[in-house]
Amino acid sequence: MAHHVLHMPITEEQVRALRVGDTVTLEDTLFGIRDATQIHMFDHGRRTKFDLHGHAVIHTAPNLRKVERSGTNHSGYEPVCIGTTTSDRMERFTRPLMEREGVRIIIGKGGLRDGSLDAFRDLGGAYLAVVGGAAALETTWVQAVEDVDLDDLNPESLYKFSIKGFGPLLVAMDAHGSSLYAAVNAEAARRRQAVLEKLGAS
Amino acid sequence: MTLMTKPGVEPLRVEPEAIEEAAKLLYIRACKVLPDDIKEGFARLDATETDATAKTILATMIENIGVAERMDNLLCQDTGIPIFNVLIGRNVQVDGWALKEAIAKGTARATREHPLRSSVVHPITRKNEHTSCGERVPVINIDFTDAERELRLEMIPKGSGSENGSFLQMLIPADGVAAVKRFVVDRVIQAGGKVCPPTIVGVGVGGTSDLCMHLAKVAATRPLGSRCTDAEGAKLEAELSEAVNGLGIGPQGLGGDSTAFAVHVETAATHITMNPVAVNIQCHSARRASATFTPDGIRIGF
Repeated sequence: MAHHVLHMPITEEQVRALRVGDTVTLEDTLFGIRDATQIHMFDHGRRTKFDLHGHAVIHTAPNLRKVERSGTNHSGYEPVCIGTTTSDRMERFTRPLMEREGVRIIIGKGGLRDGSLDAFRDLGGAYLAVVGGAAALETTWVQAVEDVDLDDLNPESLYKFSIKGFGPLLVAMDAHGSSLYAAVNAEAARRRQAVLEKLGAS
Repeated sequence: MTLMTKPGVEPLRVEPEAIEEAAKLLYIRACKVLPDDIKEGFARLDATETDATAKTILATMIENIGVAERMDNLLCQDTGIPIFNVLIGRNVQVDGWALKEAIAKGTARATREHPLRSSVVHPITRKNEHTSCGERVPVINIDFTDAERELRLEMIPKGSGSENGSFLQMLIPADGVAAVKRFVVDRVIQAGGKVCPPTIVGVGVGGTSDLCMHLAKVAATRPLGSRCTDAEGAKLEAELSEAVNGLGIGPQGLGGDSTAFAVHVETAATHITMNPVAVNIQCHSARRASATFTPDGIRIGF
């Protein structure tokens, strides 16, 4: 179980070096993305001004405070609370995110399904689990909301965060066909019968 | 004929301005400070968890509770769907219409003035008014209690990851209680890590379809340590609590013993032809806040 510090963006070789059970800390840049962001990007044909090649996206919609745009802050926002949402709803966007936009890493909670696992294997990608509902802590890893795109979707805009020491995150799905979620689900299915028998409900 | 007050006892009058201030305060407070019973629930799970990854995840969740309090920040970025329970005691005078308006005003002010993310949109256009309000939202549940001159306002910011883990099945009498148990176990498996475990699994048994789902929500948002007042319901929640924690789903669905703090059951009488069961899940950030209005003043709690 290795620990990786990744300065974003990364190469295909770097993402394929990640194995389920490894831990990762991200540095420099992270993009925030959500249901509406991806519905508009992939179902309504909208394009982003950001180059996402080699980058990581996190399933989020942050709490932000409006501020004046100045210096390196091109977004006009500062963080209040940034955390992670359930990934499963965004399952069908994994492959287009990777194929069209070049994304290498998806960060989320609760895991993605087989289609995403296939995309990670085919195209070179990984899913990193962050602890959902630990947003106060996660916010301390975010330095600034550097820029924003598709902001009519607020709070489901596409955000560019500047990050420092973002992690540790757990590699939960890798480019080699392994998924911790699939393993846990299989184990739960295996235990189900004994649990129901004990309840007198088999 | 005047039956508004008992002779000689001044009713408790609660002004809409006080409700509005309380609604604002409670929404923000609920998002920041976890109730003591949930903190104790974390300590209990941490003490018994045997899986190494699960222990690390629980430690991060416990650390987050401290960070939120120290930095006066939100526990979770999901500000949820705002739910208010209004419990009106005896000999209380309140303008019900003004009370509903005051709750919405307080919610909108919390959203703009803190600021909080407005997580509420029109169901078809998906338009966000950035007030955390919309048609029939905040959800307001009004009930009456036997507490003398007391009005209690409870606020629950219900997170969506766990709210999406809601299930209803109109079972039939021939299915029996065994099918109720199977339904709960199978829905917990189906929800997996998506509902942000460790959770409180709320189960409604009986009633009508809508009452059954409401009971599940009441169960999911009840304090840890509380028991179903119906003896059969209490037996069921003890059995199911043990059962779901035997599935190995664990914190965040990444494996372990700590799948749920507890399974809570609420029951209601039902029809001779019916056997409804509903599941509504509360995530580990099981947030609540309350304000109790009495003649002595306002008490803020959970």
